[in-house]
Amino acid sequence: MIFKRLFSVTRSLRDSLVLIEGSKGQINPASLSTVSAAAQIGEPITALVVDPSLADGAAKVEGVTKVLKTGKTYDHYLSEQVSPLLKQLIDGKFTHFFISGSSVGKSILPRLGALLDVQPLSDITKVIDAKTFTRPIYAGNALATVKSKDNVILASVRASAFAPAKEQDAAVSIEETTTQAESGNSVEFVSEELVTSERPELGSATRVVAGGRGLKSKETFDALIDPLAKKLNAAIGASRAAVDSGFCDNSLQVGQTGKIVAPELYFAIGISGAIQHLAGMKDAKVIVAINKDPEAPIFNVADIGLVGDLDAIVPELTEKI
Amino acid sequence: MSSKLKILVPVKRVIDYAIKPRINKTNTGIETKGVKFSINPFCDIALEESIRLKEKTPELVENIHAVSIGPTKAQDILRTALAKGADTSTLIDVGEETVEPLQVAKLLKKVVEDKQSNLVVLGKQAIDDDSNQTGQMLAGLLNWPQATNASKVEVKDNEVFVTREIDGGADVLKAKLPMVITVDLRLNEPRYASLPNIMKAKKKPLEKLKLKDFGVDSIDNRLEVVKVEEPPARQAGVKVENVDQLVEKLRELKVL
Repeated sequence: MIFKRLFSVTRSLRDSLVLIEGSKGQINPASLSTVSAAAQIGEPITALVVDPSLADGAAKVEGVTKVLKTGKTYDHYLSEQVSPLLKQLIDGKFTHFFISGSSVGKSILPRLGALLDVQPLSDITKVIDAKTFTRPIYAGNALATVKSKDNVILASVRASAFAPAKEQDAAVSIEETTTQAESGNSVEFVSEELVTSERPELGSATRVVAGGRGLKSKETFDALIDPLAKKLNAAIGASRAAVDSGFCDNSLQVGQTGKIVAPELYFAIGISGAIQHLAGMKDAKVIVAINKDPEAPIFNVADIGLVGDLDAIVPELTEKI
Repeated sequence: MSSKLKILVPVKRVIDYAIKPRINKTNTGIETKGVKFSINPFCDIALEESIRLKEKTPELVENIHAVSIGPTKAQDILRTALAKGADTSTLIDVGEETVEPLQVAKLLKKVVEDKQSNLVVLGKQAIDDDSNQTGQMLAGLLNWPQATNASKVEVKDNEVFVTREIDGGADVLKAKLPMVITVDLRLNEPRYASLPNIMKAKKKPLEKLKLKDFGVDSIDNRLEVVKVEEPPARQAGVKVENVDQLVEKLRELKVL
């Protein structure tokens, strides 16, 4: 017992590690929001890159005090490889670990929790203190504030709840870690198919134009949503109904089970506003709803609502803005 | 496949997805009295996928075992799982206590070992706590490969190919058994249990266990709920009559 206490006073109370995601030298905006969340705990903040091409960029992120890079690139962030590495790095050396609530973060974080025997916190939206955090539950219908009893805090960060950390001129030092870990088992990467788009990325866009079932077909979805999104330089989003009907790719889905967005401006076109969908967009600054059904629940959250025929309204709107 | 598939499908009893949850008077949780409960939708998809695998390739699948950790009433969803096509089931009765994903994963690990499962198929998240953790934790505890957010699962020779939904698109991973798969919404459309199958399910095995059967005294939860509250309500908006008014309003709000 005495040894345990000695151990706890010899180490810093606040020492955070943040995994920075990205590819080809480009840091994901969600990781910048993750640094902002870590900054609320305080310094020092060590940024870990498992893709060395991200090291220089990470060294210039405001709030980061040191960058740790791996010698090799951990391709595709496979959790069987990255989680044991993180365990080695964190164990006894860091009090906090933050990762973005991306598909990568959600795959890695719990596995790491199991290896460290720690219960992680998913999708935190607020830092209360070093042990206490707020996170949404029940599709965002309630906010739970929870206090962790674990020695190490492991958390994924909901990007839309924290402003991205800024870039600064002065770079901090970059150190290469020699830590290596193997899990002895792995999945093998076979292939990937990413949706290419000229539009901004949905998760970080300041404007989003989203379409729903009311658009009736893929053709009308493309004909009405694309030009408006282009004119506004907005990302394209969709409701689950639109995705399930094949109007667009499922990576565009906004909602509890898709992307969570909080842009300045959100257009919900032909979207009724099921709680599943609202969970993904109700933190947008300004919500505009265009729907032919005046009773659609989306009008309860919309700042501006317009009832009418989409085929007439959307082209007119595209022309007039 | 050198060894036959022994599939474990963990299922969770949650407040029905169509019900808007209400916060209780003490602001410590969600009101559960008199509320409709159902099988978590993602668990239903995991179960459906396992049943389809068995129907398509009966020679590959030896057994589908459904397991639930929760109150006594969770046996209702196990009966439903049996009616849909699970062969056997286990209820780990923990009373009204909430059990965090880490503790669920630890109990599931023991079930996996007990049942000698070689494929665990779970939902990607439960719609109550929205954690999205249990499958990955179980894979970590077992040191098995994991594939999360599956939108397609194929078993070829002795490998499992899983198409996953990731940010920006999809990717395909493959792994040898044993492994853990968590499933996404678009994987399949779960079936309804027919009345004859519901009757037959009453005769299928449902093993009831308590924590002490696992050598555990109490659940070692790590998170203390300080409070649960309503998210801030949005201010009521305005309805406009036409596009011109809409554009004008957008300019007023300085978002154009």
